[in-house]
Formats: sequence, C-alpha cells, structure tokens
Amino acid sequence: MKIIDCPLNGPRNAQEFVCAGELKREPPQDAAIGAWADYVFFENNPKGVVHEWWCHVASSYWFIVTRDTGTEEIVATHAPAEFFAGQRRMGGVDDE
Amino acid sequence: MPLGLLKFGLRRKYKGDRYFPAAKPLRSTYDVVIIGAGGHGLACAYYLARDWGISNVAVLEKGWLASGNTARNTAIIRSNYLTPEGALFYEESMRLYRSLAGELGINLMYSERGHLTLAHTDAAIRTSRWRAEVNRHLGIDSELVGRDDLALLCPELDLAEDVRYPVLGALYHPPGAIARHDAVAWGYARGAMQAGIEIHQQTEVTAIRSRSGDSMELDTSRGTLTAGLVVQAVAGMSSEVARMAGIKLPIRSVPLQACVSEALKPFLNPIVVSGSLHCYVSQSARGELVMGGTTDPYPLYATRSTLDFTEGLMANILELFPFLDNARVLRQWAGIADMTPDFSPVMGVTPVSNYFIDAGWGTWGFKATPVSGKCMAELAATGTVPPLIKPFELERFSRLQQVGERGAASVGH
Repeated sequence: MKIIDCPLNGPRNAQEFVCAGELKREPPQDAAIGAWADYVFFENNPKGVVHEWWCHVASSYWFIVTRDTGTEEIVATHAPAEFFAGQRRMGGVDDE
Repeated sequence: MPLGLLKFGLRRKYKGDRYFPAAKPLRSTYDVVIIGAGGHGLACAYYLARDWGISNVAVLEKGWLASGNTARNTAIIRSNYLTPEGALFYEESMRLYRSLAGELGINLMYSERGHLTLAHTDAAIRTSRWRAEVNRHLGIDSELVGRDDLALLCPELDLAEDVRYPVLGALYHPPGAIARHDAVAWGYARGAMQAGIEIHQQTEVTAIRSRSGDSMELDTSRGTLTAGLVVQAVAGMSSEVARMAGIKLPIRSVPLQACVSEALKPFLNPIVVSGSLHCYVSQSARGELVMGGTTDPYPLYATRSTLDFTEGLMANILELFPFLDNARVLRQWAGIADMTPDFSPVMGVTPVSNYFIDAGWGTWGFKATPVSGKCMAELAATGTVPPLIKPFELERFSRLQQVGERGAASVGH
C-alpha cells in the first residue's frame, strides 16, 4: 500500500495519513464501565476486511477506509457522510 | 582417536542421533492441548512435564516448529522495565535464561553485552532515571550514565553535539543480553518430547468448543480432539484464535519489521537502543548488525517487508553510527506483533473455563519465553494464577488497571 485515494484530496502517498483504528460506536455517557472499557481497549482485529477511521494529516480531513488486513489491499475509501448514509440505507451502522 | 574416525568415515551407513524423538500419531484425547509451537508454547509444555509431571500433552502448530515470531524477533533479553510488575516478571525470565543452556543441553549462545537506552532529551533522561530507580529498588542492575561513561562503554557511538538529537546520556543495564532464538525453541521442544509430550506440526486448529463437563473440543485440520484444558500461545494470531473460543482481546495486530546487515568484523559490544530515533541495533555472533525500529503505522496480518521501513530506519541508524554508510542490508523480514494498549502481555484465565491465554506479546515476547512458559504451566497444572502474572490478566482492562510499559517496552514513543 503506497497510495491512498483520499475522498477530499485524491490519491496521495500513504505516509501523509494516520490510521486511527477500527470504526466503533461510542457507548452512551451513562454506560457501565465495562462498556467503556470495551470501546476504548478491545478490538475486533480481524484478519480480513475492516472499516477504519483514517486522517489526512496535512488537511486534517477524517474519512473511512475499507481495508483488507490479510492482503494489505484498500477496498474503498469513503467520505463519512456518504458512508453513514449508505449504512443507514442498509439498516444500521456496522460497527461490530 | 584417528583410527576410530577413519573407520567411521569408511562406514557405509552413518548412525546419526536424531535431535528430536520421532513424531507420534495424533490421538483423540489429551489432558492439555497447547495451541502454538513457538517458544512460549514449547516452554509451557516443557515446564508442565518438568515441574508438574504432566506429559499427556499435545502442542499443535499450524506451520513449522518455531516458524513464527520466535524466528522473527531480534533476540534481545533484558529486565529494565518501568513498572514493578513488569520488571519483576522479566527479571525472573533472565534468571531462568542464565541457566537454560545447561539445563536444555543446547548452546543458546546467551551473550551478556550490556544494554544502552540512549536519551536525547531531558524527558528521556527523566524516564531513564525513573526506570533506573525502579530497577535498583527491585535488585535489577540498572543505572543512568552520562556522556563520559558512554564514550567508554560504546566508543563507536557518535557523540557529536552538532546533530539533531545529541546523546545526553543513557540508561545502562549491564546484564542485557542476546541469544540464539531458534535454539531456545529447539531446546524446549526436545526437552518436552523427551518427557513424552507430543508436538504436531502442520496441524491447524479450525474450531474451539466448550464441552459440558470439564473439557474442550478442538477441530483441527487432522481431525477432532478433546482436551482437559487448552493453552493458547499464538502471538501474532491471538485475536483470530481467541475468536474461535468466543473471546475478544485488547489487541491490534501490527507488523514489526527488522533487518540485518552483511557480516562485519566484531566492533559493537553493547545493544544500543534509541527511543527518540526509534531504532535499536546489536551485533550478532556472526557479525551481522541486527537492526529494528518501531512497528508499522497500521494493523496488518501480512509479513511483507517495505522499503519505507528500511529507508526510515537506516536514516536513524546512521545518526548513531555514521561510519556504517557503506554497509549493506543483507535481509529484511517482518513478524506480526500483538500490540496491547498498555504494552504489557495478556496472560492467564479467560471468560471460558479450561481455556488459558498467553498473548499480547507485542515487541517484548522473546525475552519472556522461559518465565511465561513456567507460569502458564503452573496455571494449567494448579488452576491458580501465579502471582508473577496476576497483574497481566485479561480482566485488568475491564477494571481499568493497566500495567503501563510504553516507556520501557518499545522504541516508538
């Protein structure tokens, strides 16, 4: 993986980006400590396709990458609004 | 005896000794099944037999003996960690390592070189002093040294002040050592097999089930078997294997790359680490410089090598040893590291009864091979978590009681 197709900036060198980890749904403020521990520390960490938050550092632009951790292939990149609209159409955010 | 040698040479058949006893057929029931024949799993098997007389044990390995991270680490052994929990645990491992070659009857080439963690900033000096004080309080040989001492301990190091990160001092850990990592696994494997324990290579676990009663059932690529209890020791694939047992882990799988130079005449005695420059280097017995850096910037299960890594690492190595600019890289590789949020392992019991885990070995697993094997064996044999590994249990995250070793376990901070 050398080039990432940023939804805002187009294809850019991978070194311009940081990976911020798996897409997860934040628990409600009053959730039990176990739910917060699960959100903060625990990962699905699959060998396979995963949705992740990435940031293009120079432009501080956050977006979603669909990536295969087994093959290092980037399957798709999405602007967040588009991604979540698509998820809602398909019936809920796939965060687990 | 020249005549005996001549007769041996003229013989038509050579009767060589097998290093490992012949493999036995896979059975359908064992008291203990260990998943993963890397250093940790093999050490656990060995200590199950030695300390507890338990030898109805199978070690299952989907690849070859010690072909994963045991073969891919950079073989550094030290105990100068930051937390009392971590330092005491790794110190016990070093104590076991020192007598291991004689015990296992194999030359581990255990070589005490001294370990220098360079400090290039005031913050790093402060952390070094903190580590030295924690270490000495626990009886671990560790001290903060200045530039004058460094010039004597490692005269090859560039101590110039007109560079981006001048060296201000270092944490010096005289017992820091390197060893032959393959031999550690082979020695434990042979010791375990001599005690009657079976090691089954090319045997992949494909499903894990709890059975009513007191046992586990495993599907493997060679059939189904039953185990009284299971120990998982598959660092690099921990999340995927634990998922089969229904366990979620606080682990991200990230490649850690390393490389060696062509063989050079021996010139570098200590192991040199720089946190600010994200690199470390030692010289092996055959003269190669073994060099590594920080983990890759995103999770991945592919053990590929990248030019980005080599370029970035060499820029930093040359800051420390500018005269290496003509040395060539001989080979490069990657292992998959189980990165935990607090840079400490995940060991002990799990929510699944009769299923114990030895995971989260990030970039610090090889040095812990003896102690983790010994403690996991004790846990499997007695059902009681040994005090040395109690702080590392999976439950600690749900209680928000991490064992923060980021300042001492990695070069990527």
